[in-house]
Amino acid sequence: MHEWTLQEAARKVRDKEISSRELTRALLDRIERINPKINAYVTVLHDKAMAEATARDETQAKGEALGVLHGVPLGLKDIFCTRGIRTTCGSRILSYFLPPYDAAVAEKVAASGAVLLGKHNMDEFAMGSSTETSHFGPTRNPWATGRIPGGSSGGTAAAVAAGLCYAGVGTDTGGSIRQPASLCGVVGVKPTYGRVSRYGMIAFASSLDQGGPVTRTVPDAAMMLGVIAGHDRRDSTSVDLPVPDYPAAAERPVKGMKVGLPREYFEVEGLDPAVRGAMEKALDALVVQGAQAVEISLPHTSFAVATYYIIAPAEASSNLARYDGVRYGYRAKVAGGLIEMMSRTRAEGFGAEVKRRIMIGTYALSAGYYEAYYGKAQKVRTLIRRDFDAAFAKVDAILTPTSPTPAFRLGEKTGDPLTMYLSDIFTIPCNLAGIPGISVPCGMSAEGLPIGAQLLAGHFREETLFTAAAAIERALPHPPVAPLEGA
Amino acid sequence: MEFEAVIGLEVHAQLSTQSKIFCACSAAFGAPPNENTCPVCTGMPGVLPVLNRKAVEFTIRTALATSCAVQSKSVFARKNYFYPDLPKAYQISQYELPLALAGHIDIEADGGTKRIGITRIHMEEDAGKLVHEGEFAGAQASLADLNRCSVPLMEIVSEPDMRTPEEGGAYLRRLRDILVYLEVCDGNMEEGSFRCDANVSVRPKGQKEFGTKAELKNMNSFRNVEKALEYEIRRQVEQIEDGGTVAQETRLWDAAANVTIPMRGKEEAHDYRYFPDPDLLPLIVDDAWIDALRKTIPELPAEKVARLASTCGISRYDAELLSSSRALADFFEASVKIYGGNPKVSANECIHWKDAVAAGKISPETIAHAVEDRETGKISATASKTLVELVIRTGKPLRQLREEKGLSQVSDAGALEETVAKVIAANPKEAESYRNGKAGLLSFFVGQVMKETKGKANPKIVQEVLKKKLG
Ligand SMILES: [Zn+2]
Repeated sequence: MHEWTLQEAARKVRDKEISSRELTRALLDRIERINPKINAYVTVLHDKAMAEATARDETQAKGEALGVLHGVPLGLKDIFCTRGIRTTCGSRILSYFLPPYDAAVAEKVAASGAVLLGKHNMDEFAMGSSTETSHFGPTRNPWATGRIPGGSSGGTAAAVAAGLCYAGVGTDTGGSIRQPASLCGVVGVKPTYGRVSRYGMIAFASSLDQGGPVTRTVPDAAMMLGVIAGHDRRDSTSVDLPVPDYPAAAERPVKGMKVGLPREYFEVEGLDPAVRGAMEKALDALVVQGAQAVEISLPHTSFAVATYYIIAPAEASSNLARYDGVRYGYRAKVAGGLIEMMSRTRAEGFGAEVKRRIMIGTYALSAGYYEAYYGKAQKVRTLIRRDFDAAFAKVDAILTPTSPTPAFRLGEKTGDPLTMYLSDIFTIPCNLAGIPGISVPCGMSAEGLPIGAQLLAGHFREETLFTAAAAIERALPHPPVAPLEGA
Repeated sequence: MEFEAVIGLEVHAQLSTQSKIFCACSAAFGAPPNENTCPVCTGMPGVLPVLNRKAVEFTIRTALATSCAVQSKSVFARKNYFYPDLPKAYQISQYELPLALAGHIDIEADGGTKRIGITRIHMEEDAGKLVHEGEFAGAQASLADLNRCSVPLMEIVSEPDMRTPEEGGAYLRRLRDILVYLEVCDGNMEEGSFRCDANVSVRPKGQKEFGTKAELKNMNSFRNVEKALEYEIRRQVEQIEDGGTVAQETRLWDAAANVTIPMRGKEEAHDYRYFPDPDLLPLIVDDAWIDALRKTIPELPAEKVARLASTCGISRYDAELLSSSRALADFFEASVKIYGGNPKVSANECIHWKDAVAAGKISPETIAHAVEDRETGKISATASKTLVELVIRTGKPLRQLREEKGLSQVSDAGALEETVAKVIAANPKEAESYRNGKAGLLSFFVGQVMKETKGKANPKIVQEVLKKKLG
């Protein structure tokens, strides 16, 4: 039953074909068997999940109104604060942190009736593209356990791909939902900035971070986004717009849609031939169903990675300054004074990649360098946004690869941060522009590694993404769950 | 050589909103440590600030009352530094784009008015405070009380337009009065809701360029600000006259020793790495909002003094005393509306009873009735004082007390005639002497009548009746 889609599982519980307890028990058992192989969960809520499932079954027995995800077991990236449940953000510095509040996303998921199975592994503070920077050890790709699942929401993508939950919610700052979704053969959505509340979502780069669903099918992603989207007064950057019927968009025909192919994305050095081949299939699938391909240009694409690696670390250097050992989280045991306590806490509490970005960001904001780095980066960011505005005046959606290559091997890029940063080259511009993006499986490499296609649309045009991604999914079906050895 | 001082003042005023600037916690003073805190103001992971609209309105009203230009777009920035009383390790403060620019207020100086420029007014959040176990140096432990974290502040920065400590004091008092009139700040310097730092330099009179300035901190009363400025100006002049130079530094006012001393320890050159806070949208203020707030600006102290002095028939001195508090001035005006009479008497009464007015123990009727009854001879001056004291003690209306306590005086000549006749009849010798020219005996007869009436007769009327009867 772990291979059911989210929509199927929700319907079966609603129709009383299966109880929430049975479903939750089955997934907890599967997690117990599979998780040691892939390390997708950092926290599994054995008792709490069963208690929640029991409560859901009781609610249903009383004939009360049910939420759309009633009784369905899900997981959350460990970046979403959950009241009384350890929330680590993949870091030693928060390894024992028990938030006294729920993130808006956690509240919405609970309000929909879902059951929380546990918290997913991630790159420390979402900084990474491989889930190798986690303090709790790397997550492995369920399709090939010697390979990385992508990151930073690698735990979420791996858990969904391995059938360890029916859906998960990750976060995407520069591709952290879409890239692991692509590498794990699942669907991942980065909604428009402001579509999903950031309240209680631990900040990496505040102007780029956005929570979004990871699922095994496009209609599931649409359903899940409908649950977590919406205005929240606690997040000043959240936008007060009604939430459309996303699942309906996944059933609309793609006929007549204009799909742009940005020249610059296909000229990138190091684009794997298998990825190129899969992209051609994805485009064919759209054209066959009546979409029209249009070549477009996004001229400032080549500046996106550099721009991102100034803005994101700058914001991170400030966002992560609060982890000082004074009020919560890890505190180094030192005999010295305040400065020594703070310095040692941060030296011991943060991993290498986080420290690297804090240093880059601190430098970029410092007096005398601000204009040359942060100021300039903001200007380029505006140009990148204008590129997209101009493109969306001509086309409804843009089709690109999600990642230049399929999943690489564990440890392959950890010694070379720059090469690692370039694995987000196709996903970063979308965050800088604040537009929505989706990654949908569109093929396999010769080694049997999943490849994803990325679709982008204008601000708050998530429906367009679901329509186009569903068309690709219908034409290029992918296996529901990764065929893990011994699973 | 003659020197002149150049003084600019930076005021941090705590806005008297119910809640904090970025969360719903109470901004009240004096709660037990860490009682008024939540995940937002203690900087927990993932929480976000939401701007308090009331705090914005209070700042806009201050800007309007000080003739500042309210900016249609202002931006909150992060000022980054590590300190245990700053939970996010950054303070949210307006930096490059403040809410208001280029205003002024007028002060009294050398018998005329002087205009002091206001450079800018911006909004920011307060930090918490540390409590040290034992002396700061060598303390065994330090505890953080985060109640004050994110309490809303506005910083009002003046131009370096003041030349004497008195002008500095006058500017501060006028600014404080305006904020209190607007009800945006309680103006309490001792509790720290109205704080002032000063920038002071001296230069030879006539020189255009500014001298090197010192920044003065730790002055917690108006008097201390003036004394610190006086001291610092003298110190800088002496330094220069002795052939030395003034160092650019921060100095603390030591109120016990009456001196300014350099801040201990070497000042670190801070790089606050300001950048716009991505968690908050730019603050957009449209004209309709400004117009609506402009309508809420009350008559301000300077206007009120001028109006009371010119239209109410009271002295400028009394008008200033009355206008020292908006409530007192309102009380006075309400009182003379009930009974006009001689407004000088009403003004004196209001000023005399100002503590009771502030405490809400007496109403405008109390003073109006006291003045009216005295002017119409219904009560004596002594009885008037006694009655107001009784009102304060019992809360009963003055006229009810007047009857209950029998404190009315008899001013009806007819009613007094009988008693006067009786007194004259009882003292024929004295009556004889009076008629023979011993005019001084009139006070003897007045005393007798007062005794007979148990002090309730109006002595003025008694005199008139006596003169008629004895004449
Ligand atoms: Zn609070």
